[in-house]
Amino acid sequence: MSIFSTKKSWINLTIWVLLIALIIAAPSVLPVFRLNLLGRYLSLAIVALGVDLIWGFTGMLSLGQGIFFALGGYCAAMFLQLNSAGEFPNGIPEFFGLYGVEKLPFFWEPFKSSIFTLISIWLIPAIIAGLLGYLVFRNRIKGVYFSILTQAALLVFFNFFNGQQKLINGTNGLKTDVTQLFGQMVGSEIMQRWFFWVSAVLVILTWFFARWIVRDRFGNILIGIRDDEARVRFTGYNPVIFKTIIFSIAGGLAGISGALYTVQSGIVSPQFMTVPFSIEMVVWVAVGGRGTLLGAILGAVLINYAKSLVSEALPASWMFIQGGLFILVVTALPEGVLGWIRKDGPKKLLFLLGINKKLETYPSLEVNEQGEVK
Amino acid sequence: MMTTPLLELKQISVSFEGFLALNDLNLVLNQGDLRAVIGPNGAGKTTFLDVITGKVAPTKGDVIFKEKSLIGQKEFRIARKGIGRKFQSPRIFENLTVQENLALAVSRPKTPLSLLMNSLKVKNLDEIQRLMSIVNLQSKANIRAGALSHGQKQWLEIAMLVGQDPDLLLVDEPVAGLTDEETDLTADLLKSLAGDHTVLVIDHDMEFIRRLDCPVSVLHQGHVLKEGSMSDIQKDPLVIEVYLGKSEEEE
Repeated sequence: MSIFSTKKSWINLTIWVLLIALIIAAPSVLPVFRLNLLGRYLSLAIVALGVDLIWGFTGMLSLGQGIFFALGGYCAAMFLQLNSAGEFPNGIPEFFGLYGVEKLPFFWEPFKSSIFTLISIWLIPAIIAGLLGYLVFRNRIKGVYFSILTQAALLVFFNFFNGQQKLINGTNGLKTDVTQLFGQMVGSEIMQRWFFWVSAVLVILTWFFARWIVRDRFGNILIGIRDDEARVRFTGYNPVIFKTIIFSIAGGLAGISGALYTVQSGIVSPQFMTVPFSIEMVVWVAVGGRGTLLGAILGAVLINYAKSLVSEALPASWMFIQGGLFILVVTALPEGVLGWIRKDGPKKLLFLLGINKKLETYPSLEVNEQGEVK
Repeated sequence: MMTTPLLELKQISVSFEGFLALNDLNLVLNQGDLRAVIGPNGAGKTTFLDVITGKVAPTKGDVIFKEKSLIGQKEFRIARKGIGRKFQSPRIFENLTVQENLALAVSRPKTPLSLLMNSLKVKNLDEIQRLMSIVNLQSKANIRAGALSHGQKQWLEIAMLVGQDPDLLLVDEPVAGLTDEETDLTADLLKSLAGDHTVLVIDHDMEFIRRLDCPVSVLHQGHVLKEGSMSDIQKDPLVIEVYLGKSEEEE
């Protein structure tokens, strides 16, 4: 076992070194447009880590993470809109004027506070995820039914946000790039560089947090719930509590991710709550490697980067490539790219191609050029 | 003065859409008992464990454990009260190592916060070592449980059960698919557990039951047909008719 774990840690170390080198080098190498894209993808890695916790580890496939992602984005956008609404009529964000709203809706009030906003970005999604999760898990809804239910919830939220012009500007969403923060335009280069750094640091912190959760017995219970929930129950654990907690954590992470994504893309809108986007989150994790936290980060960043590169070169072909990638992973690499690498995938591929020779003895015995044991 | 029984099943009936899986079943287990339950397929053996562990709610009757009714309690609460269950086919956490499996069993309290914040106590670590030595799995401590042989999985599950430190162990077909030698070892293990624990074993294997050398209850059509020692049971014409007769023919 020790051989496996050292090999695993070598792979991890290599990927970490590359990732951190990329993060440190990016601001001086990439033009600000590309840097901003990378920053966005790093923020998406945070929601992917949440998906990995609930799906990769706990086996609950949520197709509704867009809800929590968008909620985080709205929290951030409401604060920014209020923060720069001073010169507008009635002192409220401009769009309200279009619908003849003169008084700020009550739920906007607390978002005048930066502290409240910083907390609500993760706490509101976490609470809603916790409530939704508790009701679902208590009734022992799982598997496909859970997935369908989360998707239905996503549609409910989408339709609600889409229709409420007078409350949150409906389908147009809330713009953030022309708002002010610390006396700077949020969309300005200097702010975007800062958001890149914040995203990069938060991805790493989230990884440590997720690692801490799954590292020991708590994580083992999650795996236990995924593999055999009844056994968990008969061992004296209450799976409902564990599932609620992890779903709530994933919701909170989605909120942080959504807020960072919003300030870097310049707008939050109900488009964040469309079905394909939430499914994409699952695809990132599947491709990167379910149950491997690093895989979730890699999947989110690499797939999205590939998406932007491919879309620039061959518009309209990305959906086919993404679909193909997903099919390839499900059929050929069920444990994702990272899972495949960890399980000697590359070596096995070399055998298949006839480049490497198979050992005929125990792997612990070395073989010389003539195929004899040394 | 009579001691109060550890577990008492009173007139339990379970009906699945009109089909009576258990029919007026009564059973009493005292502290430290070792009891075997046998019965042909469909006699309701597994349903009967489902009722005790809270998986199935009885249509009628009551289950009394340590003088309190278990009816309506959630599975994990019943488990925490001191009832451990081993399933028919081994159910362990295949993607965890042997040691991790046992760590989950011996952890207390079984709350999320405690699992996240506290590390295992030295006492628990010693307990894990002891359990592994009982079932001969020390050398496999860091092996993924899914990679164990069938027999080793059965034992790991029994060890997990003991690790929960239950007063009552419900063991469903512990020797299914085991070699003769493993079967004998399992019988000795269960016998050694009785006394400190109350053990109820369900099985088909007559040799194994005989080796347990304990009172036997024969279940037939959801009802206790006969209780007594193995030799009494084997002489009973009714039992022979419904159950043993068949197995002797096979031999």
